[in-house]
Amino acid sequence: MTIDLRTTHVEPLRRNFDHIAARIGDDKPASRYQEGVWGLQPAVNFHYRPTWDPAHELYDPTRTAIVMRDFDDFVDPRQYYYGTWTMQRARQQESQEKNFEFVEKRGLLAALDDAWRVKLVELVLPLRHVAWAGNTNNASICAYGFGAPLTSAAAMQMMDELGVAQYLSRAGLLLADNEPRFLDDAKRVWMTAPMWQPLRAAVELSMTIADWFELFVAQNLVIDGLVHPLVFDRFDRRLAAAGGAGFSLLNEFVVDWYAESSRWVDAMVKLAAAESADNAARIVTWTSDWRARIVAALAPLAEYGFGPDGTATLAEVDAGLVARAARLGVALEG
Amino acid sequence: MADKVFIALQNNADAQPIIEAILADNPEAVPQESPGMVKIDCPWRLVVRRESIEARIGREFDLQELHVHLISLGGNLDEDDDQFTLAWTR
Amino acid sequence: MAKKLGLKERYALMTRGLDWEPSYQPLDKLFPYDSYEGIVIKDWDAWADPFRLTMDAYWKYQAEKERKLYAILDAFQQNNGQLNLSDARYLSAVKLWLQGVTPLEYAAHRGFAHAGRAFRGAGARIACQMQSIDELRHAQTQLHAFSHYNKFFSGFHNFAHMRDRAWYLSIPKSFFEDAMTAGPFEFVTSISFAFEYVLTNLLFMPFVSGAAYNGDMATTTFGFSAQSDESRHMTLGLEVVKFMLEQHEDNVPIVQAWLDKWFWRGYRLLGLVGTMMDYMLPKKVMSWQEAWGIYWEENGVALFHDLARYGIRLPKHHEVAAKEKNRLTHEMWTVLYQYGNALGLHTWVPNDEELDWMSEKYGELFTSMYRPRLLHLRELEQRGERFFNNRLPMVCQVCQIPVFYTEPDDPHVQCVRIVEAAGTKHHCCSDGCADIFNREPMKYVQALIPPQQIYRGEAGGARDIFEYGAWLHLERDVDTGEYRGSPDQRHWQAWQQQHKATPADAA
Repeated sequence: MTIDLRTTHVEPLRRNFDHIAARIGDDKPASRYQEGVWGLQPAVNFHYRPTWDPAHELYDPTRTAIVMRDFDDFVDPRQYYYGTWTMQRARQQESQEKNFEFVEKRGLLAALDDAWRVKLVELVLPLRHVAWAGNTNNASICAYGFGAPLTSAAAMQMMDELGVAQYLSRAGLLLADNEPRFLDDAKRVWMTAPMWQPLRAAVELSMTIADWFELFVAQNLVIDGLVHPLVFDRFDRRLAAAGGAGFSLLNEFVVDWYAESSRWVDAMVKLAAAESADNAARIVTWTSDWRARIVAALAPLAEYGFGPDGTATLAEVDAGLVARAARLGVALEG
Repeated sequence: MADKVFIALQNNADAQPIIEAILADNPEAVPQESPGMVKIDCPWRLVVRRESIEARIGREFDLQELHVHLISLGGNLDEDDDQFTLAWTR
Repeated sequence: MAKKLGLKERYALMTRGLDWEPSYQPLDKLFPYDSYEGIVIKDWDAWADPFRLTMDAYWKYQAEKERKLYAILDAFQQNNGQLNLSDARYLSAVKLWLQGVTPLEYAAHRGFAHAGRAFRGAGARIACQMQSIDELRHAQTQLHAFSHYNKFFSGFHNFAHMRDRAWYLSIPKSFFEDAMTAGPFEFVTSISFAFEYVLTNLLFMPFVSGAAYNGDMATTTFGFSAQSDESRHMTLGLEVVKFMLEQHEDNVPIVQAWLDKWFWRGYRLLGLVGTMMDYMLPKKVMSWQEAWGIYWEENGVALFHDLARYGIRLPKHHEVAAKEKNRLTHEMWTVLYQYGNALGLHTWVPNDEELDWMSEKYGELFTSMYRPRLLHLRELEQRGERFFNNRLPMVCQVCQIPVFYTEPDDPHVQCVRIVEAAGTKHHCCSDGCADIFNREPMKYVQALIPPQQIYRGEAGGARDIFEYGAWLHLERDVDTGEYRGSPDQRHWQAWQQQHKATPADAA
């Protein structure tokens, strides 16, 4: 049975669910993003205390020191619900697939000399482990965070970080004709090379942070905010100049994702800091603390990657973080 | 009585060749149609073969494409590039 | 030229050694939640994702599913697809889904994020994380499908408020919170295994097929599409259970106790699903009894035969479920019918054709016992004395269902079990629930019991069922009560008239 659109007019009784109308009224229908996140987290009447954390309720705003009047204000500027997120990633994946084929077919990384290849293996490929920690940490933020707008985007960040780790793995495989030897080399330096140990210690420490907003700042703002510009921008340029332009193609997803997800990270931090002076002060403390730790941890890697320019390059990346934080209402010492 | 494994697929045009391939490769399989879906039961073991599907659709088929039409399954799963097997231990 | 990688090899290489043994923090500090349940894992690497999905393949196939799904939802909405339903009574089932099931999808999203963080094994973590984001998908696609019904019918608008407060929604809510507040191994056993592998097939296959039969393209589309994710989740659940059983023999009694508990907890929750199938689908596909026969007695039991090699037996009280299968839904419908003033959906007495179908499907017991009761209720209604029970029910301390089911061996006697903890008596609906209570009494004494909250004045000070309904943001006799004469029915009839008066080919 088909309905003729011209003749059957059915007057709606309302446009929005009550809890959505309470936020935006009932004059116009909510977007699918708004409908998909607002009010989704249960609010009251929890039956049992978690056996794994009896000090808190199952859903509990006090798992962070950040205080918000309404955690549903944490909307994602990208307005991703599952459908738009996964379709966007599938498009990126398709283009990334072509890049991999192109680089392989044209032998674009063959021009890279051995010294640079070793640098690539020892400086870039171990970041698959950093991305893996990013995956784990965003799982924490999703599990213990508060409010569906936040947990929904954190789940996407969690899977995206896994995607980054897997794309880096694929790059490592491609460099070695699908043999795992470079991935194994990269793991070995990650575990044992002195230059990686400060960063690995910091990453392991981040995985013990109990306050999910502190973890958000440490992982998404500071760790990714320093590592990505240093390696996927600054080092990538060096590599390109040395005949490794093909490598940029392999990292297109990583670079685009970092720029895009930063919009979400920035919006969260900015909103929380603007909510109260107490929040802002905490975020300043966390950011300063983690910035100091990660900048120090990156120093030996910068030296390895950039030689005598290491210190200046890292300082430049650090200044970028300070400027970014300032735009978010988080004033750090320069 | 034999324990049955099953696979259920959406009953749409794209899934038809898959259903045909399954029925051809598993002579003991029994299809049961309900609105919108087909549930295929088979004693002990059922195999979905990539080649059989490709022979019917005339193009390459990645077994992971099954997910797009799959509704449910029962049985221990083993999947590789060539076949997707559901089985109970006898 | 590089060698081509097979599915298993590719997955192994792309996730190869991503995790590592920490040197600067104790492993137990990084993963504090996966050892207190007593499950012994000797080798986490022995666990493998049976689907071996890497993110690139995940995005590719999930995006394809989403494109298909939203294309159909868009068409459904643009074409006023709600007018093609078999009858507006059908929407009671959809209301119950939105109020009771969709919130569980969000809860699963959070629960699997917890498991996806808690396990120290990398493969298990990834599989749980994928499930976490899949569950978010299900919550959101359901909201997007039901949003259209909300525009035209009652009972949908206030689901988020009711979800946390309504007495009958405490049944699904307490179920899921029970699982989420357990440790990660029990959580995965309860949800991926007992709930999804053993039980949700009943919701997503026969019920959703029923939705298709009743013209609900929106529910059919998200339902089957969601279940294709569920088939991955079930397989994950089965793998996790086999993994625990294979890792150490001490795990076997722990897992068996969880299977006993979660079979019964899930079965009790399914009483609502069975009632959706038997009573709320105007056009029937199969009865609850038939569905239980196929999906539990054949498919579920086959799985337990397979697990027998590990020393696992059928869950306790499965024989009670077999005894109850010809009366479960009839008893549940009677409860929903009488408490209709405190429900966000409509109830009614089935018509003669439906009663005949039930007599055919359920035989002697239905015809001699439940049919006369339904006919009596119809007679009262026709006299203008539609029966409502406006007092508050006593509910089970574990499953939260009003204590109204009957003794397994005698459908004429109400089944009540009294349990005791810390000097206080509590009521249970069955031996199954009493066992669950007695195994963890200090967990279940915490349960919030809605009628008791009302008596304590914690439901906005409501003094009767109508004030309670108002506190739930239910509009009396619009969202609640009898279907016949309801605004939903009036609107439906008017739209159908208009629709018939202006057939598509008249223009």
